[in-house]
Amino acid sequence: MGNKTLDKASKGKFLKINSLPKGIHRIQLLRFGITEGDIVFCLERLPGGTVVIKKNRQEIAIGFDIAKNISCSYHS
Amino acid sequence: MNNQAATEPVQELKQTGNNPPGKKLKIVLVGNPNVGKSLFFNQLSGGYVDVSNFPGTTVSVTKGNYRNYEVFDTPGIYGVSSFNDEERVARDIILEADIILNIVNSLYLERDLFLTQQLIDMGKKVTICLNFSDEVKRRNLKIDYQKLSDFFGVEVIPFSAVSGNGFNRLDFAIENAREGKRLYDISRIKNKTVYSSIPDAELIMIAEGDDIISERYGLPVAGFDERELIYIERRNAVNELVSNAEYEDSSSGRFFNLLGRLSIDPKYGIFVLLGVLTLMYFFIGDLVAQRLVGFTEGEIGNRLFEYNLKLYVGEFTPVDVTAELMNVEDEVTESRNFNFPAGIDKNSDAYVEMNQFIDGKNYALSFHYPNWFYKLLFGEFGVISMTITYLLFLLFPLVIAFYFAMAFLEDSGYLPRLATMMDRSLNKLGLNGKAIIPIILGFGCVTMATITTRILGNEREKTIATAILQFVIPCSAQLAVITVLMASAGFVPLMIYSFVILTVLITLSTILNKFLQGSYSPLLLDLPMMQFPKFNNLMKKTYYRTLGFMKEAAVWFFVGALIVGLFDITGLLKIFQDMLAPVTVHWLKLPKEAATAFVMGIVRRDFGTAGLFEMSLAPMQITVAIITITLFVPCIASLMVMLNERGLKTGMMIWAATWIVAFAIGGIVAQIIV
Repeated sequence: MGNKTLDKASKGKFLKINSLPKGIHRIQLLRFGITEGDIVFCLERLPGGTVVIKKNRQEIAIGFDIAKNISCSYHS
Repeated sequence: MNNQAATEPVQELKQTGNNPPGKKLKIVLVGNPNVGKSLFFNQLSGGYVDVSNFPGTTVSVTKGNYRNYEVFDTPGIYGVSSFNDEERVARDIILEADIILNIVNSLYLERDLFLTQQLIDMGKKVTICLNFSDEVKRRNLKIDYQKLSDFFGVEVIPFSAVSGNGFNRLDFAIENAREGKRLYDISRIKNKTVYSSIPDAELIMIAEGDDIISERYGLPVAGFDERELIYIERRNAVNELVSNAEYEDSSSGRFFNLLGRLSIDPKYGIFVLLGVLTLMYFFIGDLVAQRLVGFTEGEIGNRLFEYNLKLYVGEFTPVDVTAELMNVEDEVTESRNFNFPAGIDKNSDAYVEMNQFIDGKNYALSFHYPNWFYKLLFGEFGVISMTITYLLFLLFPLVIAFYFAMAFLEDSGYLPRLATMMDRSLNKLGLNGKAIIPIILGFGCVTMATITTRILGNEREKTIATAILQFVIPCSAQLAVITVLMASAGFVPLMIYSFVILTVLITLSTILNKFLQGSYSPLLLDLPMMQFPKFNNLMKKTYYRTLGFMKEAAVWFFVGALIVGLFDITGLLKIFQDMLAPVTVHWLKLPKEAATAFVMGIVRRDFGTAGLFEMSLAPMQITVAIITITLFVPCIASLMVMLNERGLKTGMMIWAATWIVAFAIGGIVAQIIV
């Protein structure tokens, strides 16, 4: 299970977040409750790389430009 | 970092006489977006403010009074810092707060309690108000309130703001607000001399790298490392707490969950969108814009209000009346002019003659006042007659319907999902996915959609979205007229029209995307749960927004009517029509009278389009005329709002460009197809 960026994640898979981007997006993701090591569910991956992840009941849409800087791996 | 002991509750607040003379204690409502702060504010202050389901729409701060306290509503924030205007506004109010009611969405504890811990770390007196407790029960969730209360060291009270459950505990919430258990040990840095005089709340901000607060105290910025350390510690603590304090029995398979999924699905999302647009079209475009407004504007506005007003005014001033007799199909069969040089009731012969002419027949009277002043107030573009008809009998029902539909979409949680689905497509136009919202609203009313561009992330996106709205998006009223004209023109003209407008849209946004500095803001959006909106909330929201819009728009309608009226009575309108005629005839290959449609289009877009009804045009001429008038300048109300939103320079540039583009594109198409 190698590292990949979130924009390339498959729909319907659990993902482990390995690293978040630096700067303001990192802070915003932390506030949304997404941290390194978290297990999230890939609810949808739209053409072009916009991804919707789910953590507990919370759904977060992440645009391609942020998703491509989030490193993750599949979690079984 | 360690937990510090909680301090005593603020029982002294019960004794309002303990407040320093002349200074009221400040209660501040703080919470993430869409947690229901405004409903709490309404309950406390007695005055309803906007409640929205789209992240970040509460942009202004609202102040009210409750007993002997001042109450402040703040913009929804995910954390206290200085990343954007909303956070900066909220931060400064929070720093000044005596008591904080932290409104939390019970369904999103993990997200919301991050802010809670930050408020407690700031050393503020806090009570946690867990909203949506009804929803918690409905979804078979269990929350251990005691565990939350023990962890934070403050009161945790369940509420359901929508149904009003728990509001009788608001006094308890205020009176028992207290400092909680801090996660971040402030004493570690407080001991340093340089920080010793800084209040705890500000010191936490400085430790979290808040540039502005650091500057206020003449300190260097603490840096990102410290902030990240605090954030991760806080985040981990909250995650652990929630995993121990919240239990879920079952919740899946619900209809709205499914709808939520489908609306962001690449295959089915488009069908959900088409379904929503169809419903909106039938509600706003057909039911209200056509049928209801047809009645209110035509019957009440024109035939009842304006007719009687003009008849009444005609008793005091010279007036020429044109009486037209019509057959059952409303076609004019006979027309006569009656002159009343001393006013209608003082020229009894002419009055009797006119009554005999119209008696028992289907007739319409139009009034022409030779006196410029009366013409300005009650004439064709009358500042009083036309404006009141527009405002009350045309715009008012449209605005109500529009805001109702908008509130429905907002409260359903659909709009953020649509923004998500459209994000990548709109990125190519230099926009964030959220821009789909003003663009869709533009098909209802460009004026209101221009205001909605406020939700976009940066000035660049706002300018591109505004330009798209002003150039290529026809409003519902104009769309209705276009539909009728296009239906008569045929399939090929419709294809040509769609192709040209789409080409202009893509070209325009590509050019702006290339030449405006910067880029689109990446999407990072919290998707609220899908739900069927509460009717009471929709009605309240519609009422307050309509009221706000009418108050704002009314002035500009009077100003617009005054300007056009002055153009009319000074003869400038006629000169303008003559000036435009060569362009109309030679370049656009339309009859000379089409110039009038463009002049009217300045006042209202649909007026301009409707003016084309009067002319007998070939299908290709209709295509050229409609392309030109779609691209032509926005209506006066829309222009005024654009100037307000985008500033004089950008607004006037867009406005002037619509003239050039409309005539250039219309002319080129005319030269090819006519």
